[in-house]
Amino acid sequence: MILNASGCLDALEAPEVARALDVFVTKTVTPQPREGNRPVRIAETEAGMLNSIGLENPGIDGLLREKLPRLAELGVPLWVSVGGFAAADYAQLCAALADRPEVSAIELNLSCPNVEEAPESAAELVAAARPQTRKTLYAKLSPAATDLPETARAVQAAGADGLSLVNTIRGLALDDETLQPRLGHELGGYSGPALKPIALAAVYQCYRATGLPIVGMGGIATGRDALDFLAAGASSIALGTVLFGDPDAPGRVRRELAEELASRGLSGPEAATGLAHGAKPASVA
Amino acid sequence: MRRREALRVVANESVGPYSLIRVERGSLDPGSPGQFFMLEAPGRPLPRPMSLCQAPPGELGFLLESIGPGTRALAAVEPREKIHVFGPLGNGYRLDVERPLLVGGGIGVAPFPYLSAVLGSPPAILGFRSDWHAEAASLVPNAEVVVEPTLVTERLRPDHDVLACGPEPMLEAVRELAPNAQLAWEAPMACGYGACYGCSVEIDGVLKRLCVAGPVLEAA
Ligand SMILES: Cc1cc2nc3c(=O)[nH]c(=O)nc-3n(C[C@H](O)[C@H](O)[C@H](O)COP(=O)(O)OP(=O)(O)OC[C@H]3O[C@@H](n4cnc5c(N)ncnc54)[C@H](O)[C@@H]3O)c2cc1C
Ligand SMILES: Cc1cc2nc3c(=O)[nH]c(=O)nc-3n(C[C@H](O)[C@H](O)[C@H](O)COP(=O)(O)O)c2cc1C
Ligand code: FES
Repeated sequence: MILNASGCLDALEAPEVARALDVFVTKTVTPQPREGNRPVRIAETEAGMLNSIGLENPGIDGLLREKLPRLAELGVPLWVSVGGFAAADYAQLCAALADRPEVSAIELNLSCPNVEEAPESAAELVAAARPQTRKTLYAKLSPAATDLPETARAVQAAGADGLSLVNTIRGLALDDETLQPRLGHELGGYSGPALKPIALAAVYQCYRATGLPIVGMGGIATGRDALDFLAAGASSIALGTVLFGDPDAPGRVRRELAEELASRGLSGPEAATGLAHGAKPASVA
Repeated sequence: MRRREALRVVANESVGPYSLIRVERGSLDPGSPGQFFMLEAPGRPLPRPMSLCQAPPGELGFLLESIGPGTRALAAVEPREKIHVFGPLGNGYRLDVERPLLVGGGIGVAPFPYLSAVLGSPPAILGFRSDWHAEAASLVPNAEVVVEPTLVTERLRPDHDVLACGPEPMLEAVRELAPNAQLAWEAPMACGYGACYGCSVEIDGVLKRLCVAGPVLEAA
């Protein structure tokens, strides 16, 4: 499955891009509306970009009232990404989405580098969300956790059905002349090509640690990148920063991945998942 | 309808300090004056927003000023190379104006050759840093040129319908003098089509994405 990375596509502004995906994931929604951080909010660097959007969103009520009905009309399965500042926020958001049939899964954003973190651990946040809904829960983690496999095992024990790996990692860019931070918020989340090896390591480790379904993301720009994530242990992949420069990326990456799989004699994405861990391709076995 | 396509560079010429890059049009629609395109900046992770400058038959022309890595990469493209171009994007100028006056500063003249052609060569006031920069005025017919320290606002005729593009201080000054002006603003843009929320600016007291709500906005 090919998804968009949360916060990297507005399906209502670009329905043609959303329809080329298997699942559309919303930008992270919080209990209250948020204006986001002051500009400048993006800065390109040599091998990626920094963003400090700061979770600009209409709040859960705004999403349910104005956006969800229109998103449902797209005919693309819908995941809602939720984020908050305490365990109670995650519980409230999941409760509000629990009986919405348009929503097929919830992604818990446990790792936005641009806003203050909840005091609870990732596992405690998942534990608070779990009793509120029977929907599939994906826990989105930061690659910067001190012991990521341990965190992954803990969120699994707390009831997560899958993992989204990875979110951005904190970064800084300075203006050439003034040597001052280029972003208004100073620090931002680093995404794009430079993130790929870091993200691959996260997927690889967490696949071993949990065996959970994983949505792999971080710098995916080609079918070959997607194949690497599958081999490391992802069952699906998400496109983020690449969508900014190439709105046709979903169709292109899908075609390229199919060619990569076919040229290796692999029957489909399932056959590639986890190959990096030592299994032999079907054609060789 | 916006599209993205790899387009062949036809020419890359200097106009004063600026580069005028013409690409084959392919199946892209030129859109309306003031709209913009995202141009692939070779070797850079993100594309760059550029106003459409000219729309000769079968081509699209962009005028750009090299100020950083992306515009430098674009200024270095050679004829026959291909670059990806995505657009047209955003909202251009409202064209139902009775007495148009184009007011621009520096690289802000970029959308005016196309705008002038569509409006039938209305008068223009263009301001530049130096005589060298002012060479770009040759692309805009019927233009009065001022060079610093003279400012375009000193020549503004408020009884006209002002359509402006230029640096922020110039737009703020024009807004003071011509409350009905249409102003083309800039913000850093990663995507140009509403995907990243990087270009949010305050419009009428609320944050809006400039690539979706603009870049041309009514002054009042
Ligand atoms: C809708 C829209 C239309 C545009 N149309 C044109 C056009 O037709 N022609 C054109 O040349 N440019 C145009 N621009 C501006 C152009 O997109 C930027 O100059 C470009 O993205 C800069 O990229 P860079 O990597 O070269 O420089 P960056 O690394 O982004 O910037 C280099 C330095 O210049 C500063 N800077 C950034 N933008 C500007 C600016 N506009 N003026 C002065 N300093 C700046 C930055 O703060 C930084 O310090 C447009 C912008 C928008 C939003
Ligand atoms: C501009 C921007 C906004 C983002 N907003 C969110 C968000 O709201 N919620 C979230 O979980 N991740 C957000 N992310 C992170 C992405 O979903 C993704 O995890 C990350 O960018 C890595 O993938 P990429 O390298 O393919 O972009 C954002 C990323 C970018 C670049
Ligand atoms: S440039 Fe991405 S939302 Fe406007």
